[in-house]
Amino acid sequence: MSPVLFELLLRSIWETVLMTGASGLISLVFGLPLGLALVATDRGGIAESLWVNRSLAAIINGFRSVPFIILLVALIPVTRLIVGTSIGTWAAIVPLSIAATPYYARIAEVSLREVDHGLIEAARAMGGNRWTIIREVLVPEALPGIVAGFTVTLVTLVGASAMAGAIGAGGLGDLAIRYGYQRFETSVMVAVVIVLIVLVCGIQWIGDRLVARLDHRG
Amino acid sequence: MNQHVAAKLTDPVRIQPTGPQDVVRLVNVKRRLGATAALDGVSLTVQKGEILGIIGRSGAGKSTLIRCLNGLERPDSGEVFIEGREISRLGERDLQPLRRRIGMVFQHFNLLSAKTVEDNVALPLKIEGRPRAEHLARAAELLQLVGLSEKAKAYPASLSGGQKQRVGIARALAARPALLLSDEATSALDPETTRSILALLKDINARLGLTILLITHEMEVIRSIADRVAVIDAGRIVEEGAVWQVFANPKSEITSSLLGGIRPQLPPEIASRLAAGEGAETILRIDVAGEAARRPLLSELSASVPGPFRLVHGGIDHVQQQPVGTLFVAIPGSDAAHLAAVIAFLKDRGARTEVLGHVAGSI
Repeated sequence: MSPVLFELLLRSIWETVLMTGASGLISLVFGLPLGLALVATDRGGIAESLWVNRSLAAIINGFRSVPFIILLVALIPVTRLIVGTSIGTWAAIVPLSIAATPYYARIAEVSLREVDHGLIEAARAMGGNRWTIIREVLVPEALPGIVAGFTVTLVTLVGASAMAGAIGAGGLGDLAIRYGYQRFETSVMVAVVIVLIVLVCGIQWIGDRLVARLDHRG
Repeated sequence: MNQHVAAKLTDPVRIQPTGPQDVVRLVNVKRRLGATAALDGVSLTVQKGEILGIIGRSGAGKSTLIRCLNGLERPDSGEVFIEGREISRLGERDLQPLRRRIGMVFQHFNLLSAKTVEDNVALPLKIEGRPRAEHLARAAELLQLVGLSEKAKAYPASLSGGQKQRVGIARALAARPALLLSDEATSALDPETTRSILALLKDINARLGLTILLITHEMEVIRSIADRVAVIDAGRIVEEGAVWQVFANPKSEITSSLLGGIRPQLPPEIASRLAAGEGAETILRIDVAGEAARRPLLSELSASVPGPFRLVHGGIDHVQQQPVGTLFVAIPGSDAAHLAAVIAFLKDRGARTEVLGHVAGSI
């Protein structure tokens, strides 16, 4: 591989890491509260409100049913409004985050829903309010699942960021298509695949380690 | 005339002053769950320092009852007084400080798996907003009380069932409650662990003077630690009294049935051969308790009413330091006059006697 291509590979790795990391972080910040809201407002939840619950669920399902490549294009005006441009790595973070947030919200919801209702009742019996229940019971008890779900989301984002080349975001997927596939640079294709495998395995390994440390359920 | 009307309008239960000794007072509490009445007019009081046991079959309304006491469930009608304050219509926000006055122990422990033992114990204090140093000091004190000091840094998953319940008890005591509610606290434990947990509760009651209300479906639990028992069936209190008195003289069908496992019963092989009319032997059931059980009843009987009899089954048990016994006696023949004399004598000595029937041949 020529030094130019090698430099291109390094830049692409950075772009993929940036897109995955930034949109992952944003999906965590917005998706976890959304997941909490879904659990809390559901029937028998700590802030039961079926109207809110059904509306949130409908919005989440709406975003989740649009294929990412379409979302990428459809969100261009929104991206331009937020980032100032609709092209480039930073521009891709907007649709990636918007796609990953409802995805992660659903994953977090599953973990939060699995928290034993008896624990919530115990916290209520101690005089805890909703905030106490969220902070002391729901989130800590669901934390292994929340972290495992975040790992899954990050890996999914690595894959989704490959499509972001469509709006000039760069990244490893874009490199593989343009150089590896269209210019028959097999060495680039092989290098990209190896880097992606290492990246995904690394994310999964760190996630699994973290879950094992956090999980005290025996 | 007007005075008369006014007096009639005043609900007599409302004007009863709540005694300073009443930690809990329920007045005609009703609660429906779907089509069934989970609580169908329950009234009872729990006095300061006592252990009241509420027993009933599953589905009798026990859990609903205990959950009404800390507002986890709200009665449809009736009043719930905790330390003299009516709570059944308080909002969630007003219930929160009240719940800190009430500790609760659960059947399945409900410990937080993500927190260490000491953090679990300290959680009520954290909820109350006390400083962390105080949490840890109090947790250490309570873990010592329940005998688990060395497990302070462990996670609940590494504990046995009995140890988990000890942590649950320590946690329930953390905020120095006025009342401890125990919701089938020993039902998930083996008999030996059950005994040690009950001994711990009894010890806490004696040492701290803590009022305890426990619900259970096991008479053995009531017998081990309760001072008074209330029997609940289909949402109603069907019987209530000092444990030894209820054991000695159960008034309702359900109480007798719940007592079945731990009080002497006529052996089935004899029960199956009982018949009315005549027989070789007459079987009597004699229930004695308190004074009547302290006397040499059987030797007095043979001295006063000459004639043979033999003991078939039974014995004297001690409940709350009171002798409570049931004896099954067989008297040869079925001479009505002799039987009448025996029964009259026993009745005179305070023993309840019942002719169960006659058996042909020897038993």
